[in-house]
Amino acid sequence: MTATEIRASSETLLAVQAPRKAANLAQFFRWLILFLGGILMIMPIVYMLSTSLKWPHEVYNVNLWPDEPTIENYAYVLEDGRFYGWMINSTIIALITTASALLFDSLVGYTLCKFRFPGRYIVFIAILSTLMIPTEMLVIPWYLMSQQFGWLDTYWGIMFPGLMTAFGTFLMKQFFETVPDDFIEAARIDGLNELQIWWTVAMPLVRPALAALAIFVFLGNWTAFIWPLIVTNSVEMYTLPVGLASFGDEADVAWELIMTGAAISTIPTLVFFLIFQRFIIRGVVMAGLKG
Amino acid sequence: MQVYRNLSIKQKQIVWAWAFLALPVIFYVVIRFYPTGNAVLISFQDWNLLGKRTWAGMENYLKLWSDPVFWKVFRNTFAYLIIGTPVSLVISFVIAYHLDKLRFMHGFLRMLYFLPFMTSAVAMAWVWRWFYQPVPIGLFNNFLAAVGIPQIEFLRSTTNALPAILAPAVWAGLGFQVIIFMAGLRAIPKSYYEAARIDGVPWWSVLFEITIPLLKPTIVFIVVFSSIGFLRIFDHVFNMTTGDPGGPLNSTKPLVLMIYNSAFTDFDMGYAAAQTVVLFLILLIVSLLQLRILRDR
Repeated sequence: MTATEIRASSETLLAVQAPRKAANLAQFFRWLILFLGGILMIMPIVYMLSTSLKWPHEVYNVNLWPDEPTIENYAYVLEDGRFYGWMINSTIIALITTASALLFDSLVGYTLCKFRFPGRYIVFIAILSTLMIPTEMLVIPWYLMSQQFGWLDTYWGIMFPGLMTAFGTFLMKQFFETVPDDFIEAARIDGLNELQIWWTVAMPLVRPALAALAIFVFLGNWTAFIWPLIVTNSVEMYTLPVGLASFGDEADVAWELIMTGAAISTIPTLVFFLIFQRFIIRGVVMAGLKG
Repeated sequence: MQVYRNLSIKQKQIVWAWAFLALPVIFYVVIRFYPTGNAVLISFQDWNLLGKRTWAGMENYLKLWSDPVFWKVFRNTFAYLIIGTPVSLVISFVIAYHLDKLRFMHGFLRMLYFLPFMTSAVAMAWVWRWFYQPVPIGLFNNFLAAVGIPQIEFLRSTTNALPAILAPAVWAGLGFQVIIFMAGLRAIPKSYYEAARIDGVPWWSVLFEITIPLLKPTIVFIVVFSSIGFLRIFDHVFNMTTGDPGGPLNSTKPLVLMIYNSAFTDFDMGYAAAQTVVLFLILLIVSLLQLRILRDR
């Protein structure tokens, strides 16, 4: 190899590296801007948390970190026990509704997917068509029903509209399509009855879908507002969002206390998300795209 | 039991299927279909919840038609849709497009954008409401004051209040849309991009000729999904305007808030039911139009 050849090859190398450097710089700026944008995105949450840790005299100061952080606001807000009660209500309601929706949505989805029977198509279309009816159209009749049957201001009254969901049924039906019919046939030959086949053979195979649905239903019920607002009227029966709305609306409530209340109702889902992050995002994509 | 044993396998299946469906069918009939019909029925009646239900014919709809508040609300509802949907679509696409090209701390960045989706609308409405307060209370105006920019009236202005309420709604939904867009971007075969690179196609052509056309199903989903959300906006408006529901001169009032007030503040059930029927029709027509327009092209 002669000197000129070496120079030529190193020049081509440089020529290749120059755009790569430019590309790296572009990547760096892309990263930086997205990073700053991301920080901006979480700022409302950060300010909520930081304000909840501030003393009153510091609240209207725009600094991010309180000079003397205090948990006094939390002690004050939690003192009379209302927030505990609302949190317990919200937790119980969200858990029961999620369990019910998982059970029934998967049962109905499975039946519509794996059984051949007269009326199957009509049932499927009927359930699917309820997706088009907005909740707001149903709240007035639900309220009248609740009034007639004494469901106002009870857990049952808050929960009954969400015990089954058309969205979940559709989602589960989609996922049961991936369970091979042979598995079910084999279980049938082994002498399992249909209930056992659904529960022990099919259900374990759609676990990721169940998890995705659970996240959606739980989050939906945890943050649900309009129906709990309508159906509850005593302070003890409020859910967290309804309680927070009434707390914020009280006269002379200081902003740092409202921020503390908001933080109390947000922290559980944030912690849950930070722990199961990957899993939740995968679930959201799955439910979003298949549903 | 004897009868069951004598059935063929096919007949047994039918029995099982209906046994599984019995409770759900009752649920859907009683909790979904009956109330739907009932809402339509009430919309033709006059009823204040305590007195008698009397037949009113088209009265509620006529009253709605000639109610200036309704037309204001109608405009507001569509303003939420017409501003909210394109803005959130463009922002979330830009974020997803660039985030998709990054590997360094990808998961962390994605988390930052997704976090607001996990919050409750009520809690965040109160946080943003505080941000919007005038000096010396609100964060935004304190920032403006610190850099010497004149104050902005957010929630008390008839022009700024609606976008101010829309902002947290867009903000909270962005994370979801970014995640869905990224899943859509990842589904585009890499070979298209490689072919484009070998041919030396500039990035904007790649974007407009390959990426966006192939993302169409994702775009349709996000447009329809977010439009329904903006047309039904309630939690944010309710919580940011308690004390003056619907903002100054009803400038932020959406249809769902009007429904809530008619039904549970004025107890005019027939009138509220007529509004819910209108809401249903708006949702139906908008979704169908969007599907039609976006699918055809």
